[in-house]
Amino acid sequence: MNKGAKKTLRKLIIAVPLMFAFGFALVPLYDVFCEVTGLNGKVFQSENNDSLVIDDGRLIALQFISTNNENMPWTFKPSEQVMKIKTGKYHTATFYVKNTTKKRMVAQAVPSVAPSNAAAHLKKLECFCFEQQELMPGEEAYLPVKLLVSNELPSNIKNIILSYTIFDITDYDEEILSHHDMEMGN
Amino acid sequence: MSAVIENHHDDHHHGPAEGITRWLFTTNHKDIGTLYLWFSFVMFLIGGAMAMVIRAELFQPGMQIVEPEFYNQMITLHGLIMIFGGVMPAFVGLANWLVPMQIGAPDMALPRMNNLSFWILPFAFFILLSSLFMEGGAPNFGWTFYAPLSTTYAPPSVTFFIFSVHIMGASSIMGAINVVVTIMNMRAPGVGLMKMPLFVWSWLITAYLLIAVMPVLAGAVTMMLMDIHFGTSFFNAAGGGDPVLFQHIFWFFGHPEVYIMILPAFGIVSHIIETFSRKQLFGYSSMVWAMLSIAILSFVVWAHHMFTVGLPLAAEIFFMWATMLIAVPTGVKVFNWVATMFRGSITFETPMLFAIAFVVLFTIGGLSGLMLAIVPADFQYHDTYFVVAHFHYVLVPGAIFSIMAAVYYWIPKWTGNMYDERLGKLHFWLSFIGVNVTFFPQHFIGLAGMPRRYPDYALQFADWNMVSSVGAFLFGFSQLLFLFIVLKTVMGGKKATDQVWEGARGLEWSVASPAPYHTFSTPPKIN
Repeated sequence: MNKGAKKTLRKLIIAVPLMFAFGFALVPLYDVFCEVTGLNGKVFQSENNDSLVIDDGRLIALQFISTNNENMPWTFKPSEQVMKIKTGKYHTATFYVKNTTKKRMVAQAVPSVAPSNAAAHLKKLECFCFEQQELMPGEEAYLPVKLLVSNELPSNIKNIILSYTIFDITDYDEEILSHHDMEMGN
Repeated sequence: MSAVIENHHDDHHHGPAEGITRWLFTTNHKDIGTLYLWFSFVMFLIGGAMAMVIRAELFQPGMQIVEPEFYNQMITLHGLIMIFGGVMPAFVGLANWLVPMQIGAPDMALPRMNNLSFWILPFAFFILLSSLFMEGGAPNFGWTFYAPLSTTYAPPSVTFFIFSVHIMGASSIMGAINVVVTIMNMRAPGVGLMKMPLFVWSWLITAYLLIAVMPVLAGAVTMMLMDIHFGTSFFNAAGGGDPVLFQHIFWFFGHPEVYIMILPAFGIVSHIIETFSRKQLFGYSSMVWAMLSIAILSFVVWAHHMFTVGLPLAAEIFFMWATMLIAVPTGVKVFNWVATMFRGSITFETPMLFAIAFVVLFTIGGLSGLMLAIVPADFQYHDTYFVVAHFHYVLVPGAIFSIMAAVYYWIPKWTGNMYDERLGKLHFWLSFIGVNVTFFPQHFIGLAGMPRRYPDYALQFADWNMVSSVGAFLFGFSQLLFLFIVLKTVMGGKKATDQVWEGARGLEWSVASPAPYHTFSTPPKIN
């Protein structure tokens, strides 16, 4: 093999793991892209209320939707279907859950916001979706989410839908999942 | 381009080894090309048999022959085998045979890696096919293996599927690296880049595409493996992952992949049309630039496969226009082929028949592709038989016809014997009629709303499905005739001249027929 061939070969062999790594890099890139553009209805950070300024805000409707993923047997529903809320103010909503089975179960709720350009303006101070929920057989609970919709919400949006899908994660090794907790507020 | 005929000195110790070891240990590009071509033929027949099962089940509405679960396994394996086992190895086989001869090189640049890249393939497909006999059956999630269907809900055999895709990917990457290194470094003096035959150009571009996207596919299946076995959540929403992300990664690989399966066909058809029109190809450099632009554009159109996942409007518009833009270089190629034939002294030997059918039918497939690119229309067409008709038109009378054309065109050079022209023409007409009867009606039932990937359908689709199945049986069984013709040519037949075809040009026609085991041990002189 001549020198030129060795050089070409070396370049190509480097390109292969680079492209393999690029495939994995698409995962964080995708999240960053969604965060920057607010697509996918994802809320990425919960913020403190230091950005609050005095502003009367305006009234909008916040609707709640709850969904059970596939065979998730729990009862899961919002305490109120719709809340009239003021932008710029904190509000607390609750969701009712009940473990209807005869065994201990662990659940994880995953949120989504529609329309997607409202997602960046919806800020959660605390949310049950930041943590896993563990319920004993027959146990029930009211899960709180404390949130605010900022005054910068585009004026054409009068209605925001916050939906949660609840997943059964009992079988997952909780140790593996625990490091996801921080990101789970998504 | 012409060359002086090589003086081959008869060194006996340089001939092929005897027996099975010749094939196991060979590093000769012609032997490896032959292995690839036979392997892909076997896979073509296996994948074809699965297509027969599918069409037999769809012959009438209602469940007829197989269980729905098995039907799903058939459509999955049919797709995977035809793409990764049929079309891609066939093109690699052709590249092995032809690239060194067309650029005046003695062999591929990396002959041992060449051997390895072929011999891991049978293992990959053995693993994939063995999953049919495993508990839970073979993969059943379609060749696109969308997560979480292929992770959370997959049969246990999915792990074998993942490893077989890893092996196929490794094989393709090694094959592609070999082609690039050969073309970039082993051209005979005087064969400049813009003097290379178009098949060589098409493979150079294809090889770069392979090196760029096969590792991404390997990454995607690795993420699946980790989701299934190591508790990660790349695609699992319960753990914070996103199934739509899978589709982005998959189609970032998948769209360049469809050009990987058509660019070498462009090269082949250019040679054949040129030869049988007895004219120089019209617009050589525009052909090269068209292929380059198609290859580059192929990286920015992937999301047109996923218009219905809920992309924002701006993204849908971008991917729609980018997709339609590909029609421009593709149109350039089609017009160049037509212009080459214009006022040529055309004869219609079997390779030319397949090449002309390629131009016409591939264009039909391209036009239905344009229809699918239109976002609002795609919401109607998505996952219907219209899509099935579209990609079969570009893959069967596109990629596969070009491979058959290539076999008829070059087999006299490979074996030293002419094929039986009458049988070849019969094979062409049976295939041509079969392919159109199979896939043209699928446009109608797709537009009428029949979804793909179901073993049963509503009664109003019954007539066209029956027509389609009849066509499929005709097409399927005519390929046994192809097998017969190839075997007959290998056994014997009218001796071919060195040039074989009156209008044939290029270095491969300057060597003896059959091509000696070693060609261009000393570089040819190019005028």
